[in-house]
Amino acid sequence: MWEFIFKDSKDISGCGVSGIINVKGSLIPGDLIIKSITCQEERGNGLGAGFAGYGIYPDFKEFYALHVMAEDKHYLENFERFLFQKVKAIYHEPIPTKKVKTIKNPPIFKRYFVKLELEEQVSPEEEENKLIEMVMYINANLNGVYILSSGKNMGVFKGVGFPEEIAEFFKIDKYQAYIWTAHNRFPTNTPGWWGGAHPFSLLDWSIVHNGEISSYGTNKRYLELFGYKCTLLTDTEVVTYLLDLLIRRHKLPIKLACTALAPPFWIEIERLNEEEKNLIEALRVVYGGALLNGPFAIILAYNGGIVGLTDRVKLRPLVVAKYEDYYYLASEEAAIRTICPNPELIWYPKAGEPVIIEMPMGTIPNQKSYI
Amino acid sequence: MKPINFSSFYPDFFVERLENKCIKCKICVKECTYEVHTWDEKKKILKEDHGKCVGCHRCEAMCPTDAIIIKRHPSQFREHHLWNPYFIKNIYKQADKGGVLLSSTGCDLPLKIYFDHLVIDACQVTNPPIDPLREPMELRTYIGSKPEKLEVEKTETGYKLKKALPPLIKLEMPIIFSGMSYGSISLHIHQGLAHAAKELGILYNTGEGGLHSSLYEYKDHIVVQCASGRFGVNVDYLDAGVAIEIKIGQGAKPGIGGHLPGEKVNEEISKTRMIPLGTDALSPAPHHDIYSIEDLKGLIYALKEATDYKKPVFVKVAAVNNIAAIASGIVRAGADAVVIDGVRGGTGAAPTMFRQYVGIPIELAISAVDKRLREEGIRHKTTLIASGGIRCSADVVKAIALGADLVAIGTPLLIAVGCTLCQRCYTGKCPWGIATNNPELIKRLPPEVVYEKVYNLMNGWKSEIKEMLGAMGLNSIESLRSNRDKLRAIGLTKEEMEILEVKHAGE
Ligand code: SF4
Ligand code: SF4
Repeated sequence: MWEFIFKDSKDISGCGVSGIINVKGSLIPGDLIIKSITCQEERGNGLGAGFAGYGIYPDFKEFYALHVMAEDKHYLENFERFLFQKVKAIYHEPIPTKKVKTIKNPPIFKRYFVKLELEEQVSPEEEENKLIEMVMYINANLNGVYILSSGKNMGVFKGVGFPEEIAEFFKIDKYQAYIWTAHNRFPTNTPGWWGGAHPFSLLDWSIVHNGEISSYGTNKRYLELFGYKCTLLTDTEVVTYLLDLLIRRHKLPIKLACTALAPPFWIEIERLNEEEKNLIEALRVVYGGALLNGPFAIILAYNGGIVGLTDRVKLRPLVVAKYEDYYYLASEEAAIRTICPNPELIWYPKAGEPVIIEMPMGTIPNQKSYI
Repeated sequence: MKPINFSSFYPDFFVERLENKCIKCKICVKECTYEVHTWDEKKKILKEDHGKCVGCHRCEAMCPTDAIIIKRHPSQFREHHLWNPYFIKNIYKQADKGGVLLSSTGCDLPLKIYFDHLVIDACQVTNPPIDPLREPMELRTYIGSKPEKLEVEKTETGYKLKKALPPLIKLEMPIIFSGMSYGSISLHIHQGLAHAAKELGILYNTGEGGLHSSLYEYKDHIVVQCASGRFGVNVDYLDAGVAIEIKIGQGAKPGIGGHLPGEKVNEEISKTRMIPLGTDALSPAPHHDIYSIEDLKGLIYALKEATDYKKPVFVKVAAVNNIAAIASGIVRAGADAVVIDGVRGGTGAAPTMFRQYVGIPIELAISAVDKRLREEGIRHKTTLIASGGIRCSADVVKAIALGADLVAIGTPLLIAVGCTLCQRCYTGKCPWGIATNNPELIKRLPPEVVYEKVYNLMNGWKSEIKEMLGAMGLNSIESLRSNRDKLRAIGLTKEEMEILEVKHAGE
């Protein structure tokens, strides 16, 4: 079942996004992100919403947390038989959910805290590659199950419904995180499939995205060159893989990776000094296949930071604010003011200009930095 | 006994002169290089020999009173589906003269034109189209081999490249001019094209006839061709441009070499080509130093060595059955760009059998090559240039969506300067002053006119490409590359759609 998701028709949607980070690593109650995203209710149509929280599993922080959804018990058992050959699960349990009247027949959700069973010692990067490989394999080949997220000390909660329904269903108010992102979706042509909601996540990357990527065909073929299979036909999947390729595999600093996705125009590049000009020109020449063309605003999060980025002409909105150790990102200013009425700073980033906010190194466990 | 020429009995065209309009100015007599129109001094009348007319429409266009109409000759053979007049007349011609039938321009058979079975996408509601009049719309394209990834290092203020990129050529639009030799077309055309290429920020290609000294000033916009005849090839020539193209084959005549009839070899041409006056310039079918892919590699690196690794080397091949595997071999041999010329590609002279029946359409070839290079993970190592049968800016857009980085065009440039596609370039008598070196005839088309017409055409295409990109929601040409999602097929078979990697309209 769930085969319709692999059928060849592309997902098209508009949306609302929100994100919060505390750069000192203090925990933010789930209520805040719920409030911010539900403020942007008009931006969704009840066909998808979701949350990603970082720092939510301090007791299992050294383990990859797999958030798994299954169509029924039978598929889940089948999946577990496969999974337990590959990994050592220190602990697993159903993800706590609550009955919500408006949500009919939800899938079942379970989380697994796992370590890879490897014969030999490998570098952390290789270990991550192996995990990604396994997750992609499961998502593409195992029927009736889907891994929503697979990072350490983080997790994605998403489904078909309005944000407040999904929040209630997953009891988001019971979690605390140092980074939150959330999404409210307005799909125009996809069947209500829980896996199709945002955030989209791979390892500890998670992405919420508002927009439609007109260069999808180019990006998808470009990713195939590096072995990524785009199975979901969503733009967000493409964005996630591109960032994984550029940042994690090609080791580009996050700022340059963002520049590759939303580069300045040639006329702007001409005005740069020689060294910068050569760099950005080379970036566009080599990573032309990674350029995301079309309207988008994305919020990207990882263990250690949050990034906001819009397309090169800013056809979708994004606003950023700061108050003490908190930074807020959202589609609309109201979504920030509702949880932070008097920010010290509030600004609308320029088209294609990434907003990168990282915690100082050493703030949280397993922290990553891509600056 | 007087020889009988069957082929002269049945003219292709009929020259109709409207007596009530004709003022007997005799301009037609002067304009027609085929001596169709003659003035009978005794009877004081104009006469016409229909059998000689090639249908170039020059006299019709030049007649000051519109007194001439060139029509298909109304005389008809009895209908026969298999033996249509084309085959009958060709047999007469060969029976009269023996030898090989010659043609010019590209294949004129009604083979399926895949471009016409593909339609282009546009944005509606869910994503906004972009207005090229209000927003930047980028067509800049780079030719050359690109690394798979970049390595950067931190500086005090930001980042910088660890290693500079290999030599690349920057174009301001994804179109370059195909190689058409000096000799097959006039010097004026070369001068006009080179000038236009400079103003447009693109490239002009010398073709295999060498480079006339008057063109050295366009250095930054010249591709010098090195074909099997090696006409005019020396170190200065190799250094005279920004890139070197090794011509293995062309779409109009895959598997055979070039042919410039002796009638076209005048003094200037003999100098530039370094061959004796009036001799046929025949390039051999293969390069005599290339009998395998390793040999090609040898030549590519010899040329790179000779030019200090400062210039990209292109390899041009005709699209033939196994083009995907061939292109992959060429890329592995070190070609920085591969030009693939489809069956419709034009020529100044080709054996008719080759022009018509050898080679495959560019649309299928380019898609297959792009796919193969991607599968093998070597797509970034080369630039794919599609040519042969591109007629308008929508064809350019489609070719790029099918996997080309850019296109090369020839025939549209000639049409822009007056060519009526009479397909008799090989006679050297082109009444439009294009495919000729006759010093009187080439005056009919000065370089400035060529420049202006070609510049206008390219500017028109440029605007149209920007409009189409904007409508698709794209503001940069690289986002169209290989973006098959932007195309849909109409009336193609499953197999054809699989090769083109496009879905059917409605899907
Ligand atoms: S000028 Fe051309 S069209 Fe006119 S008679 Fe001569 S060959 Fe025919
Ligand atoms: S270039 Fe001249 S001879 Fe050749 S097809 Fe055009 S008009 Fe005819």
